Amino acid sequence: MTNAQLLIKLAKNKILVTSSAIVLMGIGFYFFTSGNEQEDAIPDVVDFNFHVRPILSDRCFKCHGPDANKRQADLRLDTEEGAFAALKEDPSKHVIVAGDPMQSALYARLITTDTAEVMPPPSSNLSLTKTEIAIIKKWISQGAKYKKHWSFIAPVRPKIPVADEDLNPRNPIDHFIFSKLDEVGMTPNPEASREALLKRVSMDITGLPPTIEQQERFLADQSPNAYEKVVDELLSSKHYGEKMAIQWMDLARYADSHGYQDDGLRTMWPWRDWVIHAFNSNYPFSKFLTWQIAGDLLPNPTKEQLLATGFNRNHKITQEGGVIDEEYRIEYVSDRTNTFGKAFLAITLECAKCHDHKYDPVSQKDYYSMFAFFDKVPEKGLVGTIDASFADPPSMKITSADVSTVLNFINKKDTMDVSVMIMKDSLSIRETQLLRRGVYDQKADTVQMATPAAILSYNTKKYQQNRLGLARWMIDPENPLTARVYVNRIWNELFGRGLVKTSGDFGMQGELPSHPELLDWLAVEFRETGWDIKKLIRLIVTSTTYRQSAKRPTDKAQKDPDNKYYSFFPRLRLSAELQRDLVLSAAGIINPEIGGPSVKPYQPKGVWESTTSGRGELAKYVQDKGDKLYRRGLYNFIKRTAPPPSLLIMDASTRDQCEVTRSRTNTPLQALVLMNDPQLLEAARVLAQRTANMKLSEDQKLDRMFRQVLCRKATENEMKMLKAYYQQEKNKFTLHKENAEQFLKAGEFEQIKTKNIAETAALMQVNQMIFNLDETTVK
Amino acid sequence: MENQEKQFRLNVTRRHFLTKAGLGFGSAALGSMLFKDQLFGVDQQQTIPLGLAQYAPKAKRIIYLFQNGAPSQLETFDYKPLLNKMHGEELPASIRMGQRLTGMTANQEKFPLVGSTFGFSQHGQSGAWISELFPNIASIADDICIVKTMNTEAINHDPALTFFQTGAQQGNRPSMGAWMSYGLGSENSNLPSYTVLLSRGRGNGQGVYSKLWTNGFLDSVHQGVVFSSGEDPVLYLKNPEGHDKQSRRDMLDQLAKFNSEAFENFGDPEINTRIKQYEMSYRMQSAVPELTDLSKESDTTIKLYGPDCLVPGTYAANCLLARKLSESGVRFVQLYHQGWDTHGNLANDMRMQAEDVDRASAGLIKDLKQRGLLDETLVIWGGEFGRTNYCQGKIDVANYGRDHHPKCFSIWMAGGGIKPGMVYGETDEFGYNPIKDPVSVHDFHATVLHLMGINHEQLTYRHLGRRYRLTDVAGQVVNGIIA
Repeated sequence: MTNAQLLIKLAKNKILVTSSAIVLMGIGFYFFTSGNEQEDAIPDVVDFNFHVRPILSDRCFKCHGPDANKRQADLRLDTEEGAFAALKEDPSKHVIVAGDPMQSALYARLITTDTAEVMPPPSSNLSLTKTEIAIIKKWISQGAKYKKHWSFIAPVRPKIPVADEDLNPRNPIDHFIFSKLDEVGMTPNPEASREALLKRVSMDITGLPPTIEQQERFLADQSPNAYEKVVDELLSSKHYGEKMAIQWMDLARYADSHGYQDDGLRTMWPWRDWVIHAFNSNYPFSKFLTWQIAGDLLPNPTKEQLLATGFNRNHKITQEGGVIDEEYRIEYVSDRTNTFGKAFLAITLECAKCHDHKYDPVSQKDYYSMFAFFDKVPEKGLVGTIDASFADPPSMKITSADVSTVLNFINKKDTMDVSVMIMKDSLSIRETQLLRRGVYDQKADTVQMATPAAILSYNTKKYQQNRLGLARWMIDPENPLTARVYVNRIWNELFGRGLVKTSGDFGMQGELPSHPELLDWLAVEFRETGWDIKKLIRLIVTSTTYRQSAKRPTDKAQKDPDNKYYSFFPRLRLSAELQRDLVLSAAGIINPEIGGPSVKPYQPKGVWESTTSGRGELAKYVQDKGDKLYRRGLYNFIKRTAPPPSLLIMDASTRDQCEVTRSRTNTPLQALVLMNDPQLLEAARVLAQRTANMKLSEDQKLDRMFRQVLCRKATENEMKMLKAYYQQEKNKFTLHKENAEQFLKAGEFEQIKTKNIAETAALMQVNQMIFNLDETTVK
Repeated sequence: MENQEKQFRLNVTRRHFLTKAGLGFGSAALGSMLFKDQLFGVDQQQTIPLGLAQYAPKAKRIIYLFQNGAPSQLETFDYKPLLNKMHGEELPASIRMGQRLTGMTANQEKFPLVGSTFGFSQHGQSGAWISELFPNIASIADDICIVKTMNTEAINHDPALTFFQTGAQQGNRPSMGAWMSYGLGSENSNLPSYTVLLSRGRGNGQGVYSKLWTNGFLDSVHQGVVFSSGEDPVLYLKNPEGHDKQSRRDMLDQLAKFNSEAFENFGDPEINTRIKQYEMSYRMQSAVPELTDLSKESDTTIKLYGPDCLVPGTYAANCLLARKLSESGVRFVQLYHQGWDTHGNLANDMRMQAEDVDRASAGLIKDLKQRGLLDETLVIWGGEFGRTNYCQGKIDVANYGRDHHPKCFSIWMAGGGIKPGMVYGETDEFGYNPIKDPVSVHDFHATVLHLMGINHEQLTYRHLGRRYRLTDVAGQVVNGIIA
């Protein structure tokens, strides 16, 4: 049976309807993405949320959707009323006649051969495929039932499905995943090797590879809960907070410079130290969120709560002389609003800044009602030109006294006070008005603070009209998005693909969840167990699903090329920061210090200098010395107009604006970084010198280096290859000692004397090769 | 022409074939050097460019000579003798029409008109007026098309530059070059499809920002690759000390062995992609230094660009390098030359800036022409906005300053399907407002894409629920300047 036939069969046989208004039909999508045009590929029961709305939204809503100003022919298809309405030009006819496609104007306009009549107009480049038209037809035949968009319905805990006990389901996650796999005729992979598992979970939780000692301890631990013990250990490591902070810094667009033009220095790093602290202290997500959104509005806010509000001041700030103050102030408020939408709700609010949203039920008025929450800050668009300020008001001072008491998680290096930008409201400062076309001086009607009713209406009896109320609205059990969005984000971080693939867009144009019930179960579980982030991560990483091997059998790759059913663990390239951390850590030169001002490690000459206007203290890159060269990647100084190239090449965020997911590319420039970056060469050198001086045989030395980086023992064949390569390089370096000397000069780390320079250089060469292995760069 | 069209269609077909069929990496070198990544990319569905080749492309490659800081139209290509006559008189309100001003002159009590201190004369068949500062550009008047009615929405450098390069004033949208790379790929398997060259003149500089050559939400393979004048023309290109070509080759062979074994074990196609990317980086290591070596250029070539072209990092050297990159198949070469921000001391700064760019800019056109490349290469010269017809700061016949002006300014284009020897658009006698054929930034982008054979409304990318395009929701192709 071919793949397509199999899926057709499945589609015909397995239609699951759940209690929670979600119809589970991931299978049908297979056909859309694979471009299969066979009519019999249409599911037996066509579901509005899963089959029809994606088509209507993508092809029709732009002109017949929520945006009232751009609506054509006064027809809207995003609501039931609009879709069943009588036609304006001929009231005897209707857009859709439930049960009768041939009487439905909508269908007629899809199938007509008259190019002047056909919809969408051919020039729009949005035409429907035959399959899509057939789906619309069938949906109308079956009664044309509309449903509320799935993500706007609050999640209810679904029943846990039965899973095959032979597959060893360890927790409810496995039940959901395995029962879905069973539906599509697949089975999970067996468990990964213990070594692979240890590396994976270490990189996922602390972002640091296990040492050889940790590897050996785990391999030797025969107790049934050996793995769970390691997980708990990792979760209690102080490096957990650092790993978690990386993603949050992308969402929060954290940087060390202001971001426009001359791009002066700012000192937001104490806020970053707080993020690490908050994760390490396992603050419930509800508290984590509330403090960042509204810490300043809590009764008698502590300095820590004020510091947390720096989240909303991480946006870019201009220092370009001559800009119009209000234009930029509006820009900052918009940035906060957009970031709020993307980071917490996964709704692209910014689309409604200039006009009603084209796809989602967010009107322009809704946008400015959200905007109003962030619009009461006593701030200016332009405080002054370059070096005017490292922290524009409102700001707070962090003194040495604070650091020794209430803010003891801040790694302040000297006795100088540090200023950090924070939030503050002056409610009477200004009225918020809708801005026509989003233009700063086109003020229209005054709006009040509120949220889009389609998500959850803003009941002012329940929530205050300020950011604190907004935070309460977010953590209200009725809020359909907050918990789902966050659990999906964590899932995405661990599996490289969210249960909703578009983890920044849960709206109509976003992808539908691959496992809607699992998503809901996780969301409810997360909320009901106190928004406990560590618990959530523990749950996922101890599942059998997570513990699968990363082998990708051919049949699985063919059946499910995107691995959206999780029948094997995906091999995921490490993020830019973690690639660095892994290598420095394996070489034993990583500096484990937590927090503090960002650092400037090696960087090719001229990156800042060739772009600068010449003004300000960031015109020249002054590389740090000593210990600071070996800090973890997340402490790398981010100058927004010229971010660190080695990170950018590895797909790190420019921190220009809130970034939800990074892409994972594979390019020749990445190869050049891994082969020629002095940071990695230095690590290879130090590891070689240290290993050379150990009382070990050559084989043992090679084996040890390999294990330190790959976190597993080399296979027999690999050992053979390593030895041959080592021998070959040693011979070359023996013949050309001058090359060995040059090669071993890499980096500023103290030189370690070894007996035989050719041997050491050959070991370094082997290390360099190991650092570049594909397996090294994946988790 | 017919042949050219065929060739292009062939390329497009090939590209679509590769993308859709998901062939092995062996054939990928036919497309962009980085193209293979699209084959194995995270999201195939999203990486298939749509709407290409609506019509035969007129240009295959672009060289964009960006004059960063905004050169004054009134001292370059928009001759306004009235300003000299009315020197010192107030800008009439009927001309300003409430145009918003930057914070630098908004509080000025007076807005005295100031005429150019430099002479103008007519050149070429079209009789284009060109300032005496640019004798070499004047000598190619018959090859270029001057557009006098460019206008923009932004009045400050950062948003204006960002708007010109990405179609939006706030960052994080893909830049022009990234869109080209995404839509058309590269013609050379050893070079990136989008490269960036930076230089700084002696005038007042305003900096450049990596968001100007960002891939935005497109894959990072479409990011502009900066070619620098330092010892490493491309970052991280050079092998470490004590490491020659042979050692690198040996290491790559080892890596391939280990990685192939990993592929056997895991079956992950990304592993094979990585092997190929390493091979490509190896080829780049030879191809790039060969290309950036300007020492073998002939005396005639050097004469065209001027002696500065042998000084790495100068505008002239970058123009010469741009020709070489473009000739080698780089789709989009983006130059930025800082120093045109003449708020004060305009006379001196303009003279120095012109000295640095005039000869090399014209030299590039002549060089492309003599190599038979001008027809297929679109060259663009211009800044991010214009400058006010009134004086900023102290007014003096010999020296004065001009603030930012968005409503009209001059750029020129040449080659690649542009009508040669013409002046497009008219501005009023004050050089303040366009009175005929205004060209917006979106129009400009639509036109450039059109010349490359792309319908600007159909080159889209879906990101966070919305289809984005370079021209946002606007843009009209300026047919009047197309040959």
